[in-house]
Order: sequence, then C-alpha cells, then structure tokens
Amino acid sequence: MSRLASGGLIDRARRIPFAFDGRRLTAHPGDTLASALMANGVRLIGRSFKYHRPRGLIAAGSEEPNALVTVGAGAEATPNTRATGIEPYPGLAVFSQNRWPSLGFDLMAINDRLAPLLGAGFYYKTFMWPARSWERVYEPLIRRAAGLGALSGARDPGHDEKAFAFADVLVIGAGPAGLMAALTAGRAGARVLLADEDFRMGGRLNVERLEIDGAPAVAWAAAAVAELAALPNVRLMPRTTVTGVYDGHTYGALERVGRHLADPPEGLPRDAFWRIVAPRAILAAGAIERPIAFPDNDRPGVMLAGAVRAYVNRWAASPGATAVFTNNDDGWRTATDLAAAGVPVTALIDARPGVAPPDGPWRTFTGAVVTGTRGIRALRAVTVRDAHGERSVAAECLAVSGGWNPTLHLSCHLGARPVWDAAIAAFTPAPDAAPGLSAVGAARGAFSTRAALAQGAAAAAEALAALGIAAADQAVPYAEDAATTITPLWRVARTTGRAWLDFQNDVTTKDVALAAQENFRSVEHMKRYTTLGMATDQGKTGGVAGLAVLAELTGRSVAETGVTTFRPPFTPVPIAALGAGGAGRGFAPHRDTPTQAPIAARRAPLVEAGLWRRPSYFPAHGETTWREACDREVAMVRGAVGVCDVSTLGKIDVQGEGAATFLDHVYANTMSTLPVGRVRYGLMLREDGFVMDDGTVARVGPTQFFITTTTAAAGQVMAHLDFAAQCLWPGLDVAFVSQTDHWAQIAVAGPKARDLLAPLVATPIDDAALAYMGCAAADIAGVPGRIYRISFSGERAYEVAVPARWGAGLFDLLVERARPLGGGPYGMEALNVLRIEKGLLTHAELHGRTTADDLGLGRMVASAKDCIGKTASRRPGLSGPERQQLVGLRARDASGRLAGGAHILEPGAKAAAANDQGYLTSVCWSPTLGRDIALAFLRDGRARTGETLRAVCRLRGLDTAVDVVAPPFLDPDGGRLRG
Amino acid sequence: MRIACPLCGPRDLREFTYRGAAKLLDRPAADAGPEAFDDYLHIRENFAGPNPELWHHEHGCRAWLRVVRDTRTHEFLATELAHEGSR
Repeated sequence: MSRLASGGLIDRARRIPFAFDGRRLTAHPGDTLASALMANGVRLIGRSFKYHRPRGLIAAGSEEPNALVTVGAGAEATPNTRATGIEPYPGLAVFSQNRWPSLGFDLMAINDRLAPLLGAGFYYKTFMWPARSWERVYEPLIRRAAGLGALSGARDPGHDEKAFAFADVLVIGAGPAGLMAALTAGRAGARVLLADEDFRMGGRLNVERLEIDGAPAVAWAAAAVAELAALPNVRLMPRTTVTGVYDGHTYGALERVGRHLADPPEGLPRDAFWRIVAPRAILAAGAIERPIAFPDNDRPGVMLAGAVRAYVNRWAASPGATAVFTNNDDGWRTATDLAAAGVPVTALIDARPGVAPPDGPWRTFTGAVVTGTRGIRALRAVTVRDAHGERSVAAECLAVSGGWNPTLHLSCHLGARPVWDAAIAAFTPAPDAAPGLSAVGAARGAFSTRAALAQGAAAAAEALAALGIAAADQAVPYAEDAATTITPLWRVARTTGRAWLDFQNDVTTKDVALAAQENFRSVEHMKRYTTLGMATDQGKTGGVAGLAVLAELTGRSVAETGVTTFRPPFTPVPIAALGAGGAGRGFAPHRDTPTQAPIAARRAPLVEAGLWRRPSYFPAHGETTWREACDREVAMVRGAVGVCDVSTLGKIDVQGEGAATFLDHVYANTMSTLPVGRVRYGLMLREDGFVMDDGTVARVGPTQFFITTTTAAAGQVMAHLDFAAQCLWPGLDVAFVSQTDHWAQIAVAGPKARDLLAPLVATPIDDAALAYMGCAAADIAGVPGRIYRISFSGERAYEVAVPARWGAGLFDLLVERARPLGGGPYGMEALNVLRIEKGLLTHAELHGRTTADDLGLGRMVASAKDCIGKTASRRPGLSGPERQQLVGLRARDASGRLAGGAHILEPGAKAAAANDQGYLTSVCWSPTLGRDIALAFLRDGRARTGETLRAVCRLRGLDTAVDVVAPPFLDPDGGRLRG
Repeated sequence: MRIACPLCGPRDLREFTYRGAAKLLDRPAADAGPEAFDDYLHIRENFAGPNPELWHHEHGCRAWLRVVRDTRTHEFLATELAHEGSR
C-alpha cells in the first residue's frame, strides 16, 4: 500500500501532518483520513466489536463498517467516526478503538478463540442465573469486552447549531444523477438545495474512469458544480448528509461545518443540524456495493471492488497487489482501472461460469470462487476454487463485488417497503415511496451513467412541472450505458470457517443459520437475535446479503423474506447536533422579574418557579440559616409591613362588551355581577370538573377586566381562554392579551401597609376609598399604575402595579420606606408560610386531581349560570365524604416535625396503603403558632376537625401526632384583612 | 410535520399544540345532562384515517385550528380557523 506516483484529485504540493494512534503521518489536501491511511500503508485500523478481530478499510464512503476511529481526545473527543468521512487537517489526532492495550496487540482478541461459545444470542443463553447478577456482573462485563468507542463522560464544550432551510427542490446526492437534476432545476430558476455527503461533489464521477460528452467525467462534474455555484438560486451543501425524511416534505440533514478545519473561526459550529422543507426532493444517493460471504472475508485487505478503484482513481492510493472477486460485470472495472494505474492485478475471479471478462495482465478464473484468505493482520493470499480444484493466489488486497444495492434508505423513512428487482438482484425504491420524493439513477437501480443523467434530468423536469416552473428541455449528455449483468452470489457454498456478513457487529453466516435453526425466521427477529444490521452501520453493506442468506436457509425468496425497516438517521447524528442550543439555559431559559436587580443587590438566594427565579429570602446581618430569615420576615409582615415581588403571576387583560359573560363562562363563580373598582377571587375548572387554577378578577372598567393566574398555570390558562373564546363562544365580543411581562406587581402586606403606601399614592387609599377587595387606577410615586387591595398573607395588604420598567425603582423605594416602619422585603419562604397559615392555595393543592368541593369551595360553583366544568363537577364521586378534603394539620407537640408528601394514618394503624387516610401538600414551621403546620387532604376531612391522627413519612422517618383543624390557622374572621 | 395556518401560512409542527378531536367544538348545552357531557369529554372514534382535530397555534398567532389529518399518513387534508369550521 502506497501512494501512486501520479494521478488522483489530491494536491501533492501541500502536505498535511496528522497522527493515528500517535504515529505521525502525512496526507494531502483532497485526501480523506481513509485514503491517507491507505497511502501511508496502514492496513490495521480497528478491532471488531465482539471478537476483536483485526480490521481494515472495506469501503470508501459512509457505508464503511470497520474503520471507526475516535477524533481528538478529552472532553471534545468524537468516537465512532468513519475514517472515510474525515478530512485530515494539520494536527488532526485520531485513535483506534475497542482494543487493549494496543491496536496491534489486543488482549481481548482471546474472544476470537472463544468464538464457538459466543454465537448469536450467547448471552441470553449463558448469563441467566442468578438474575440479580445481570446488572452488576454480566452486563458491565459484556459491555467492556464488546463495544466501540467511548465518550469521555466530561461536559462537551463544542458548539453546534440548528438551522432551517426552504427550497423548491432538494437534491440528495451530487453524482451524475444529482448534478443533472440540480442543473435542470437550477437553470429553470427554481430554488435548489444540493446536498452531498462528500466535501467534493461529483459522486462516482470522481472515482471512475468515465467520459461524459467525450471529456473526462471528473471535468464534467467540476464544470457542473461550478455552474451551479454561480447560480444565485442554487445552494450547494457539501459535507451534508440528508439523514431523514419526515412528514410534510421535511428533511433532516447533518452538515459537518467546522470539523475539517484545524483552526475554525470563532463561533463556527462543529456541526449544523438542518431541517429542510422542500415540496419536491430528488433522491440521487447512488448505490452501495455489497460483499460476498466466504471464510475469513474480514481480513484487512479484503475490500469492496468499487472502493478499491475509488482509492486508486481519486486518491492515487494503491492497495498493493490485488485480486478481484466478482459476480457481476462492474467488478471487472476494478481490474482494468488498477492495471491502467500500474497497480498489479494478480487474478480476476468471476463466480459466473461462461462469462468473458476483459483480458489483462492477470489470471482469469470463471465459474470460480474464493474459499478462504490467509495472512495475520493483513491479507497475503486467497484460495480460489474452480472446476479444476483449489489453488492459492497471492494478493495484498482482494476486491470483492457482490453487486450493488441502491441507497434507498430515505425512500423508506415514511413507511414504504422497497421492491425486489431480480434483474439487478437488488431492492429498489417503491414508486411514490414518500410524497414529493423521486429516486433517480443508481438509487433507483439504474446503474449506467447515461441512465443516471437521463433520470436526473427527467425527475427535475417533473418536479418543475409540479411546481409550475417553466423549463427548457435539457439535452442529456452522452455517457456509457452498460447493462447490469449479475448472477446473485451471497455466500460461497461448501466451505468451512466463519464467513462474515456484518463486519461491524461481527455477524457471520453461522449466526444467521443459528437464528434460522432456532426459528427466528422473520428478518426483524433475525436482526435482533444476531445483531445483524444494528449500531452505527445499520447493515449498509451486510444487510441485504444477510437476509438473502436467511432466505436461502429458510427456503424462501429474497422478496418473500423482505427487509428490515429503515429508520432515520441514515448515518449517525451526534446528540449534540440534534440538541444544539438545548443545553443549559437553552433548555430552560431564565425569566427575570422586573425587580431582579434590587433583589440581587440584597443578596437574596434565588429559587426556581417554573422558568422564573424568585428570591427565597433576604438574609439579614448575623443570620446563618434560611429559617432565621424566614421567621423574621413572617414576623415582620404580621407585625409591621413587608414588600414582595409578585410580578410572576399570570396577568391577562380582558376587554369587550362580552367580557363579563365570557368570564362567567370560564370561572366557576359569577363575575358579571362584579362592580367596577372591585376584585373577586375566582376559581377556574377544567371541563372534566376538576380545578384548573385560581386567581383574582379585577373589574377596572365596565367592559374591562384584569385577571391574574397562578405563576405555574399562566400559559395553560391563556391557552384555555383562547380555546373558550375561539372554539366555544366565538360570537362573544371579547378580546384578551397576556400582560404578565408588562406589569411589575409588588405586594405590600402588614398592619402598616397603608402607612407605607399612602404617602406614595396620589389618591386616597383609606378604607372608605379602597376597602378590602377594591381596586383603582392610581398614580404611584409619580407613575401611572394600579392598586389592588388583595392579600395573600392574611394581613392588610395591597398589590401595586406599575409598568415593568418602573418595577425596580418602585421596589427600592418601598423597601427603603419600609425600614423606618420596622418593615422590609420578604421572599418566597415567608410568602409560603404566610399563605399556609392563612389556608390559601397554590398548585401544591390545585394539582389537577382536586375538585372545588375537595377544597371546600364547592359553593363557588354558581348554580344560576353554566360554566366550563360545571356539569362534570357534579358527577357522583367528585364530591362528598368519600373524597379526601382540604384540612389543616397542626403538630400536637411543638417538637413534632411534618413533611410534605407524608401520609395520614389513624393512631395505631399499620403504615400500609390500605390504611391511608390522606396526604400533606404544604408544610411549614409556623413562627406565629410556634409549631409545624400543614395543609392536607384527608378522607372526609371537614367532618373530622378535632381528631388526632398521625402524619407518617417513611422517607424521613417521621411519625408525628397531628390535630385536624379547619383552615385558616389564623384570623378566621378576616379582621386583620379588613383592618 | 407542517401545518398550514390560515393566518400565518405553512409552519413547523413545533409552533403548534395538539388538543384532540374536533368534537370538543360541539360543547353540549348547559342543560344537556351528564351523559351528553360524558360523550363530549370521553368518547372518541379514534379510527385510522382522516380525523377532524383541534390544534392550537400557540407559538404563533394563537389561533385554534380545526384540521382534518389522515392519521395513517399525517397528511393535513383541510385546515381552517376553528370558529369558521363546519359545526
């Protein structure tokens, strides 16, 4: 193996240093890692999955099953990358995989000696007892012994992107068919996307010695690419694999953007995952050659015939003395091309008797097969059997062609099954396999260059007609138009030894035979039993041969046997590319309240509430625990005044002549009777009768309401209102808009709340002017806003609202003015304690499985009007003593601890599900009551006030005596609220 | 999948939220009784073929759409604003 003295599409003037397993080697621009390794004489590239057999290249494209390497090291290492798809750059370091201690000397190769024990399904049969050993012993053992590359486990620092593209015509593959299709569509003015896996477009035209219109095909391809590049309506996407076909003419594609660059510019992504929308697509993905199974056909040096001449023609990389083994005419090209390039060809072995292969400086065998190979880590000779017997033929490379399989994978992604074509002994895409997608050229089973060009032009013309784009007829260039002649040969008969079908997963004909013998006769069962066609390879080279062997063994035709299902992606897509932008904050962005800056300035630890971050508490000097701060803040609100941001509440402005009627429909209680300037607590039901959300409704004008939702349910409520207005009562004159982000809303709570606010508000807010549950437009510290007298703490309280940009200033002002009154800011911990003490609800209680009656709010479901959920809420079983009802629980002793999620049991009852009486939803230490308290749901709870029960939490080891009380725990008459 | 919003044009599936059968448009009258509501809430045909469905263009114009989707092919055979749909 070496570089030929001339030829190839490489720039010999420039040298690229790179390293393979630390060995320093040189490539040229135009090389792939695979061609560079071959030119450097590297045959052994990897170890096989199960048996750790030495393996080398067999292919030149993305179908390569063996030559998987890890690119780079450390956190950004990318394992399982095909050497055929890597472009060397200065400093590239790649590493072989699945070997220890080294590629050349791999101790796990002992597996190969144990092969008789390790056939298909061996682990199902072997590692059975004891069952508990599976997770701890067997699985880790198997995973270590068999496998491919490994991730580092470190956080991936790489940068990837997602992108969207739209086109009239997407052309997949830039070989003769794809280029001709793109030219036809592009010249007509259609928006064309041409995607190709390779960095150099041209497909087989770059690797064959062909002529188009009398000129070298390579030149024709280069001219076509240049013309396309100059068209403004055509976008060329090299290094881009279309990986999947999805509904609605949508295609997924992976573009390797920066992986081939030694020093990518700042911000350039490593990969981009594209979603491409195109009403018409042309599948010109070519074909994949298939191997023939014969003993030891996995030895490094046994390659696919088309790949061997690709390495010679495109990269001037010589495989060394080569024998060719074929069952079709196309294999002959490898012998003639190699001889023309000066590579010794030792034999041309054609399995078909009576054919007349071309003459050349080689021994020709017809009606002959290869029955074995020799060599340790690389091929030295092959054994040929014909009518005259067996003989040995020297060969460093055996170029095998078992025929070509159209690359039809994408055509099957929407569920279509391919069709067997006996003439070419291959599956072809079903007509209309995917809407808008037509296969052309080799992907459709038309293997001649002329047919590829003609079908590419025809499919583009058809697409243009469908799109209504006028196009001139394109003359189809002249090119070879050889017929496909092939006699199927899947495995060489009458041989002993293991013959590989799936190189990547180490599946041999014996494994398929075992599957058939054990009655795994469906291809899908055989695949899973033997692992043929699994992993990154998905049977690209071995799949059809595997099922053909299964067909032979089970006495069925290949067509009857069928193929396994092709699913996206066509080639592996890094999760990092699929999830680009979705890590960290991209997964869950932060929403900051308008008061974020003053809260941060007061060093408040933040807690997450959905996407929001809210202050947990405001630490004071000398406080060492959150409890100290929380207890102080609670006492501050109960004794003086506290200031708290409540901007995260969902806020919706509802307007229109029909607004009042609309709110009557969506709230369980009546809102149309609410006077202007008043606020009412509102309860929203789902149509199935359960509680959806609660909040407040303020009537700010005759036809204008301002409603709030809980922080958690803001989005859900908005969608619900959209549904009610558009789908259920479309005739109503009502419009609404979310104003959650527009208003900064700040609660001012405590007996001195009015003292704090009055000097700042231009209008009077004494109890006559603004009674409990009143609201008014107000000038607040010079800013037009609103003031609501509502309370989530049980204290006299106001919520003041100003446009969001004034929120930070208002918060600062209120906190500053609160200090002299003995007040200050309070956070979520104190807010939660205050509301639990007052028996007020959050989504801990409104968790989707509670009804209005469960919550003690059954009477809120107005009887005089209909509302969403009213009928269903009256179903039997949704109210009454058999249900768990909201109660308060108070720890009997001040030292008794409670915990959210604890279950309620009778005294003396065994802690078992059958004895469960209910559960605790909200728990806190009440500084006001001096003990733990909880809101809980207790079976027939309202009738059980005064009982003593137990709150049991096994996770925390709690079993605490509790008294059942009717919430609220504090000020049941609301005297503090009204002042 | 892509859905042709009557207001916004064809848009990516990710902008939409699926709600369920378009039967939800036919809310029974207030006095229709529990059986009618049970049928409205819970009983679905769920057949393989063209199904009338409700989708919400939640991350777009927020229109509720009544569509006919073939559940075998995911083809959208009709798309209209829910309140303009045949009721």
